[in-house]
Formats: sequence, structure tokens, C-alpha cells
Amino acid sequence: MSGTQTFPSPRARGEGRGDLVVDAASPQGEGEGGFPGESPPVPPPHPRLPPRFADDEVGETLSPQAGRGDAQRTTDQQSGYNFAYLDEGTKRMIRRAILKGIAVPGYQVPFASREMPMPYGWGTGGVQVTAAILGRSDVLKVIDQGADDTTNAVSIRRFFAKTSGVATTTRTAEATVIQTRHRIPETPLTEGQTLVYQVPIPEPLRFLEPRETETRQLHALAEYGAMHVKLYEDISRHGHIATTYAYPVEVAGRYVMDPSPTPKFDNPKMDDCPALQLFGAGRERRIYAVPPYTRVRSLDFEDHPFRVQEFTHPCALCGADGVYLDEMLLDDAGRRMFVCSDTDHCEGRRADGHVGTGDAI
Amino acid sequence: MYVAVKGGEAAIDNAHRLLAEVRRGDPAVPELSVAQIRAQMALLVDRVMTEGSLHDPDLAALALKQARGDVVEAVFLVRAFRTTLPRFGASVPVDTGAMAVERRISATFKDLPGGQVLGPTFDYTHRLIDFALAAEGEVEPAAEAEPRADAALCPRVTDLLARDGLIEASPMDEGAPVGDLTREPVDYPADRALRLQALARGDEGFVLGLAYSTQRGYGRTHPFVGEIRVGEVAVAFVPEELGFAVPLGRVRLTECQMVNQFKGSGATPPQFTRGYGLSFGQSERKAMAMALVDRALRAEELGEPVTSPAQDQEFVLAHCDSLQATGFVEHLKLPHYVDFQAELELVRRLRAEFEQKPEPVEMQEAAE
Repeated sequence: MSGTQTFPSPRARGEGRGDLVVDAASPQGEGEGGFPGESPPVPPPHPRLPPRFADDEVGETLSPQAGRGDAQRTTDQQSGYNFAYLDEGTKRMIRRAILKGIAVPGYQVPFASREMPMPYGWGTGGVQVTAAILGRSDVLKVIDQGADDTTNAVSIRRFFAKTSGVATTTRTAEATVIQTRHRIPETPLTEGQTLVYQVPIPEPLRFLEPRETETRQLHALAEYGAMHVKLYEDISRHGHIATTYAYPVEVAGRYVMDPSPTPKFDNPKMDDCPALQLFGAGRERRIYAVPPYTRVRSLDFEDHPFRVQEFTHPCALCGADGVYLDEMLLDDAGRRMFVCSDTDHCEGRRADGHVGTGDAI
Repeated sequence: MYVAVKGGEAAIDNAHRLLAEVRRGDPAVPELSVAQIRAQMALLVDRVMTEGSLHDPDLAALALKQARGDVVEAVFLVRAFRTTLPRFGASVPVDTGAMAVERRISATFKDLPGGQVLGPTFDYTHRLIDFALAAEGEVEPAAEAEPRADAALCPRVTDLLARDGLIEASPMDEGAPVGDLTREPVDYPADRALRLQALARGDEGFVLGLAYSTQRGYGRTHPFVGEIRVGEVAVAFVPEELGFAVPLGRVRLTECQMVNQFKGSGATPPQFTRGYGLSFGQSERKAMAMALVDRALRAEELGEPVTSPAQDQEFVLAHCDSLQATGFVEHLKLPHYVDFQAELELVRRLRAEFEQKPEPVEMQEAAE
């Protein structure tokens, strides 16, 4: 290859040049979150603050700082991309979808999901939601399976540390934005915090009805009979409802919603939660939300009330009861050990002097 | 005693360093240059551009180098780059009728204005490994000939058929904005323009398989290759401040127009219908497969029963994208132990209950 050949950086191609960036090339807007009349943008009748300033104001209003503790501010912000990777037009589009989702709790809002630099199915929806709401003063925590150190959680946390420079933490109480896959932290969430779920299949009815055109209609008519029949068939066949994760919930008495594949153990935490809960499905191009203090009811029957998983042993490391546990295989003779799935919760308890038996079972 | 393992960050860094080393391979072997990939793996570059939805041969070649030749991974790199580019407008529709034709064949007419031009093709080669290629050597220059008198005039076969009304008219360009699959979520039913976008970006293998299924009876379309043409077309853009078209450059395209049987309906006399395929560079297999599936997806519009996967737009559009497919299939590599734990608990409970049950009684014929 000739030494003189160079490849243009994203910046050279126009990124960062605000004068070239438009909301969308097509006047159809970008999904239901879009306003059809708004694109292409007309010059505003009054001077506007540059988007980056608006970002911080919005950030500070929506998510007041939680305690800073040992949160670390990363400074090695990678040049060439906008704050938190997405351009401001895309963030606005996503924020509109989020606002619509908050206004209609549990309703799946189509949005113009972008192609992210990580694979579909690996958290692109959550990443886009986080990118759209992140402000410079936010403190970000990312978990996968309840743990901060699982590979994909590490990868996503580093992505935001690199592209936004925001502070990151592993402590639930310190975080203002928590992106999660498959768990809700054990430490109760508080007002001002936002929990962002990564969602693979947002449609709770998908495995009962594969067609989008049909499921949209079923939601519109609040026709959820098929879901109840499915749960009833579980009981008649197995004696139990055989759905253990992604257990369907009814939000604010209206929409049936997929809580993402969290174990049903976490469903009660969604109910009347003081934190804002946002759900992003990148591949399926849907965003939905549960505003703070909203009723979230797990579907059940009077004679078969909803029940969560119960563990017969406490965490072997910190002795915690009533938390979700991971099962570790210790040898090939069947020796196992149960430890907290929420690593931050477990570490916090051990730091406070709680000790488990350390015993295998 | 068990101690919770930490160190994901270091493991990831080390895995990536190992990847870089393995990608380079044996340092005693000269490194591939991007220019070499672009020139000598041209069809691969074309495929990456087509499925990556971005015309940039250098970038596609670089992506292939970075991806160690993995097409889907290279498409991923190109798409992730593309998503960061600003959109400042749409080009004037390219005129494939004015294409500088390098290859043009029709399976419906033996001869036609502009002639049959074979161009560079694997067709009719005997697929025998050429061991001489293992040794480096000069290639005999291609033969040259004077162009035919009518070479400059190379009308599309479908235009010739349309003159007599034998084939349905091409839909008029009413100046309505064309949707953009990458900027709006698909709302079913999707119009034909969006379907064609999805097929153009769709995985070649998947679209090929669907196209093949229509030939074996799953949504038969009775196709003929009206024409395949490969060559460069001019791309022009109308900047708003100028108000007239400015040429931007030329891109190489492959266009396939399938001509399909149609018996007509009460409102329309019998005439042929169209299936359309278009791809960057020389990607004939993709363009043909796309044209077959495009026609199959028009079943509803043409009043044909929708019975097969290739005719079902929710099925085709939701599953043809290689990035969506590979992402979701490969995400199964991610940890799922929380959900698996939930399932373990249920299966253990169900098994315990099963053990406690009395011996199953012989099934009796129920009277009621």
C-alpha cells in the first residue's frame, strides 16, 4: 500500500460540523417520536443555546447529582465523535421517543434506531437511550447479570467513558444513570436515578403472535386474553406458571409490557419505583418507559398469585437473604455455591462486616 | 473458598491485542495492502459496499482487512461508520439507461439495440483450480475491439417492452420523498421503495436462499432475466442554493430487471410484471436474487395469494439484515446465567414434584 494514502476521519467527513447536520433527510420524521412537520429544521425564531449547553441543563434538571463518593471522572475523551457518540439530531429524536414513552407508560414507541459500533442484541437500544439522556454531570453504572465486571458491561462502560468522559461508578447509590442487562440492583433505587434496560424482544406477545401488524392491534384493543391463556396453560400442564424471566407485567393499568429478560424475582422492584425506568430495544427499534411511582403489576390469577423465586440458602460470601443468587459449580462432583448476583450489593455488605459461611453445598 | 473473579478489563484488552496479532498473521509474509484488496478482491469489496449501504471502495477494503476477511464483520464496520455521517440530501435518481455498459446480457431477446456484451464474467469458465495462479505471473492483456455502431445506445429491455404495453409501466416518479430505512423504523406494510432498500442491504446468502425458494414453488413468479447490466452511471445532486444538478461523480452498479408472467386481472389486461435488483459494483447474484424476491413480495399488490416466506414482507424484511441476524444470534454468547438460574430453579422444582407423584395410572378412555 502506498504510504501517502490516508483515510478520512469521521471529522473530515463532516461530523462535528453543525452546519451540515440536519435532523433527518426525510420529512417523514423518525418514527412516532418524531414530529412530521419539524424536519428539515427551519431556523429558530429566537437564538438557541448550542445543544451541548442544553444537554447539561437538561441533565441537571432531570438527574440531580447523587452522592459522588469515590466516583472517578475519566478525561481521555476520544476526539472525532460527538459527546456520548450520537449526534445531537439523533439524540433529540431519541429523547422525543423517550418523552412519548413516559407519557404513555408501557407503550412501545418506534424510533429510528441507529447502527451502533457494537452488535445488535448486545445492548444497542440501551446504549442509545443512555447516550441520549447522559449529561456531563451524570455518574454512570453499567451492569450485566447484576455484575459490573462482566465483559459486555465493561465494554459498554468503557464506551461511554471514552466517548463522553462522564464519571463512572460501580456503586448503585452513587449512580445517576444505571444501564442494565437482565437485573435490577438489590439496593433500592431513589428519585433522580434512571435505570436503562437493554431489551432484546420488546413485544411481550411476540411468541404468541409473530406478526407486528397483529400485536400492534392487540395492544391497541388491550386484548391480552392470549397471554392469560398461555399462563393458564402453564398451570394446567405444570402446576406452575412456567415463565421465570421476562415475566409479563401490566403498567399503569393499561399496557402489558415485557420487563426485559430480568428474572421475575426483580418484577416487584419495578412497581412504584422512585426511579425513572427506560427500556431500549435497538434491533427491534422500540423505546418504552415506566415513569417514577407507577403501578407495575405482574400478571397472575386470584388462585395462583404471582410469586418470586426463593433461594433456600443465603449468599455464601455476604450471608444476604432475599437476594438473587448465582450458582457456581466448584468441581465435577456436584459441589456448588450460591453467591449474590448483584456484585456491588455483595461487596457493600462485606465491607460493612457481613460474612457468609463460605460453604459449598 | 470461592472468590468472585474480577479482571474483565484486562482480559478484554489482552484479547484485542491477541486479535491484532492473529489478524496480521505470520510477519514473514508481506502485509496485504488496502489497494491490493480493493483491486484484487474487488467482488468482495462490492459486496461489502452493497450490504454496508455505502459507496466507498477504499473504506470497504480497509474494513475487510480489519475484519480478517469476514464479510459480515466488514459490513458491520462500514455500517457503524456510515451511521456517523451527516445526511445533507438525496441525489437525483441515477439513469441506468445511460449507463456506460461493461456487461449487458438479456435472456429474453437474442439480439437487441446495444447488443449482448459478455464483459468480465465467470459464466462459461470451467471451474478448475488454476494452479498457475499460485505462482505470480503477468496476465495476458484483454482483447480489444471496435465498439458496435449502436454501442452508445443501449436502452433497457424493459423500456423496449413497455413501448408496446407488454410490461407494466415503471411507477412514475412523483417527486414524493423516498423513505429511508436507516432513519425511520419500518412500519408494516412497507412500501416497495423501503422493501427494495432492505433487500439491497440484505445478506446475499439469505436473499439468495429466498429467491431460490420461489423457483422451487414457494411463491413461484415465472421469471425471465429481461436484462442484467453492469457499468458506471453518473451521480448528480441538486444543492438547494444552486437549484440545478451538479455532477458528484460516477458509481459502478449492477442492475437486474426480471420479467415475470402475470395473467392480468379484471381491471388490467395480461402483461408482464417487473422484479428489480440493484447493487454496487458487480454483484450479479445479489441483484438477481433481489429482483426475484422483490417480485415475490409484490404478491399482495398483484392480487396473488401470500402463502410462502418469500412473499411475506414481515418475514423477509425482519430477517434479511445480516447485522441484525448475526448480532442476535451471537448475543447468545453473552452471559445468561441469571435467566438460566431462574430456569434451573423451575426445572428442579418440577422434577421434585414429578418424583413425588404416584405411579401414573394407565390412561383411560374418557367417556365425557
